[in-house]
Amino acid sequence: MVTRGFNLGVDFAGGSKATVRFKSDPSEDRIRVALEKVGIAGDKITLQRSGQRIGQGAPRHEMIVTVPDIPKDKIIEALEKHYPQAAPPAGLTNLNNGGAREIAIILLEKDPLSFRTNLPPGDAEKEYNRFAESVIRYRTSAPAGLITELNQIPVDGFDAKFREALPKFFYAGEFSLIGFENVGPQVGQDLQRRAVLVTLVSCLGMLVFIAFRFEWIYGVAAIVATLHDVIVTLGMFSLFQWEISLTFIAAILTLIGYSMNDTIVIFDRIRETLKVRRREDLVKVTNDALNQTLSRTIIASGLTFLSVVALLLFGGEVLKSFSLVLVIGILIGTYSSIAVASPIMIWWKRREEGQRQQQETEKKALKKKGAGESNAVKVESKTTAKSAPAR
Amino acid sequence: MRKNLLQRAVLILSVTGICLYLTLIGYRRPTMKDFTSWSQVKTNLANNLKLGLDLKGGSQLLMQVRAEEVIAQVTTNNIEAAKTRLQKKGITVANASSSRPGQISVTISDAARAQEAETELRLDLDKQEWASSISGSTVTFTLNESAAEAIREQSVTQAMTIIENRINAFGVAEQSLQRYGRQNSYQILLQLPGVDDPERVKKTLVLESKLELRPTDSPFQTYPSLEEAQKAAAGKKDSEGNEFEPLPYDERGDDETEEAATPATPDPSKPAVYVLIAKKNVITGGDIRDALAIPADTSGKDYKINFRLKQAGAEKFKTWTGANIGKNLAIVLNNRVKSAPSIRSEISDSGEITGNFTKTSGEDLALVLRSGALPARVDYIEERTVGPSLGADSIRSGVLASVAGLIFIMIFMGIYYQFSGLNAIVSLVLNLIMLIAVLAMFGATLTLPGIAGIILTIGMAVDSNVLIFERIREELKLGKAVVSAVETGFAKAFITIIDTHVTTIVSSTFLFIFGTGPIRGFAITLIIGLLANLFTATFVSRTMFGYVLTRKERVTSLSI
Repeated sequence: MVTRGFNLGVDFAGGSKATVRFKSDPSEDRIRVALEKVGIAGDKITLQRSGQRIGQGAPRHEMIVTVPDIPKDKIIEALEKHYPQAAPPAGLTNLNNGGAREIAIILLEKDPLSFRTNLPPGDAEKEYNRFAESVIRYRTSAPAGLITELNQIPVDGFDAKFREALPKFFYAGEFSLIGFENVGPQVGQDLQRRAVLVTLVSCLGMLVFIAFRFEWIYGVAAIVATLHDVIVTLGMFSLFQWEISLTFIAAILTLIGYSMNDTIVIFDRIRETLKVRRREDLVKVTNDALNQTLSRTIIASGLTFLSVVALLLFGGEVLKSFSLVLVIGILIGTYSSIAVASPIMIWWKRREEGQRQQQETEKKALKKKGAGESNAVKVESKTTAKSAPAR
Repeated sequence: MRKNLLQRAVLILSVTGICLYLTLIGYRRPTMKDFTSWSQVKTNLANNLKLGLDLKGGSQLLMQVRAEEVIAQVTTNNIEAAKTRLQKKGITVANASSSRPGQISVTISDAARAQEAETELRLDLDKQEWASSISGSTVTFTLNESAAEAIREQSVTQAMTIIENRINAFGVAEQSLQRYGRQNSYQILLQLPGVDDPERVKKTLVLESKLELRPTDSPFQTYPSLEEAQKAAAGKKDSEGNEFEPLPYDERGDDETEEAATPATPDPSKPAVYVLIAKKNVITGGDIRDALAIPADTSGKDYKINFRLKQAGAEKFKTWTGANIGKNLAIVLNNRVKSAPSIRSEISDSGEITGNFTKTSGEDLALVLRSGALPARVDYIEERTVGPSLGADSIRSGVLASVAGLIFIMIFMGIYYQFSGLNAIVSLVLNLIMLIAVLAMFGATLTLPGIAGIILTIGMAVDSNVLIFERIREELKLGKAVVSAVETGFAKAFITIIDTHVTTIVSSTFLFIFGTGPIRGFAITLIIGLLANLFTATFVSRTMFGYVLTRKERVTSLSI
């Protein structure tokens, strides 16, 4: 994490991100060249294919274009003028970009059906608006996700002359910009800082509550185990340089909730067992508690894990980073509640006990012993957790 | 026990009924169509459950108000006012300046009159807001922080009102405008559902509209370059003693259609022409009562803007035009001279701006003039647009993934826990219905992070059921009777469920209080989901077990 850093998405690093849908399979090189022609440095352009997902009929050709902070118009300009090397028909408007209002204004200005002279005032605008909206509706629901041919636009309910009039003012461009994000660098930093801060505050809230319900060391152990999961997941994202976006935060929060839930279930069992078997060794009690809750842990984690895998498979591009966090997080989270949280708690309890017993001995010796013991306990409980028989 | 069970069942069924009603019909009387037509059911659901922009499609703009500029403006205005006031009293001002916004230093020639000057300036500067100090011949006023903060806050509120007025003119349905971020961040968040091309809205929103009507030099003439204009302006004063400054002049006949949309970006290809304009204005945009774009001629292509003035402005205008017949008056928009018609007669309350406006650019400018100028500059710091097809994709894949996950969980629970699994499925489904109903009830919006909250809710709901069932199995293994095993299982698992749920609810509450947009969406869905789950996993599930157990006199086995 320290050496590789993170692949921060536009949300945090600032910049522009456009999701562009193409008529046919786009060429990355040509997109790059087109963008460079409007003055964007080549090494600052990131292209990522998307749009291929399970459970969808026709394949869609989408590309996510990430560039430094530049306005939407410039991306459209680059693709319009330079992408399929042939220049767009002069004076015509691309129907695959822009909103209904824009189309309506052009129609109203050109007035192909002479509504302005034949209809009462106001009605011409209404009619053209209605038609423009139906064009947008078609664009949204078309199988390719954009208009491929002008003559495919349905003109039912409108004058058939529309069909003849359309090619005079419009053309169906090669691409359609279906999503755009532009985040200033200041906003990104602010978001980053606040996300970390709010996560820490909420962890503190949990710590206090667990301390109140159990003992404070249980709270500390649970938080450490949870942070352990977060750090490992962050590490994975750093290692593979997966992009960190705003949904990533939601995913991390989900992971924290999930991991905490797992840990508390086990702690609850330990507390319950301790009430009945007060005299027994803490390690034994903990081990029993782990074993008793193991079937629950496996079933619940397994079920959640599989539904998250479903999310990864069917969720598409938007949910990808989200489901990826949870797939990793649930694996790590299950492991950590067993092998991180409980050992920390035991180590502390042992230390406390040791202190009580050897109050007179020198501090130096005590420290050495505490440290040695803690290692031993950790190893022991890890092996027990792993070798524990499943029911 | 039986009577108790009946009461419980009635409660559960009525809660379910209310939830379904709220989700599928809403706050109104149902019609026959609500139950018979599938498309109507879909429409109702879409109407009742508000979807966020990331799912529905639309645009979101985050704006930063440069509130500090307002303080600078207030400071400058007060310096000017101070000069005039002292001059009227016969106190000579040697220097009046500001070292930083919110501070005014006035140095007068006669140090003995400093106290008098301070008293005089106090008439303009409120004691609550400005602290003063006198050292030698210099009087310093400093704006205190709470007053400055009030001014900044007010500028944001004012900007919001103006932006709202401008948006309303576009006829966007259900736009939302709200303060965003921390108290002192001066940010405004605008959400425009269904608008996937916010360019025109964007341009109009921050379009500056500093309109002034200012006298020109007389005789009125143009200068081919800035240098020449500056030379001519040096030392020149009009009859009232006002200085002149050169400003670019957009001569009539130039194509200015782009100009109106993007102010302050002169076309470099065209050589600029300059004219001399008095530094003092006659009236400003603030004096405008109404502005309307109307066709300039019969062709319908060229538009001009007619404006009418407010009472006070009209009086000033009348006095000035009456005294200056034959001279020119420049219409200055954002420091560019739009036109400089000559005054033929005394005018009291109306005027027009010409300059080759199209219908769109003319209407936009008229709108800006009507709604008034923004108190400070506004920058866009974030823009997000989700096209309707991208939003639809997100919903489709989100629903597909959730349904796939749910079906998988249901199949597993049914096989592994048999009858009890059915019990778990019913509680899970009821949990989701309640979650959606509560969201619909409060008009909360469901966003992508909200779906994350739902997924965690499902995870924890399944976990609660597994906890209970495993506990009952344990008790059965210990040889307990079925009824007591169920009772102990529920009782013991209940403590754990409370602990896990309350912990998560506590942390979600913190997320909700301190988090921003997406994080809050996650937190609120999770809180609602977990509260619903506390009800379904313990109360509903328990009641269902109760029903099975009381049906037979003696229960010897349980399908779990």
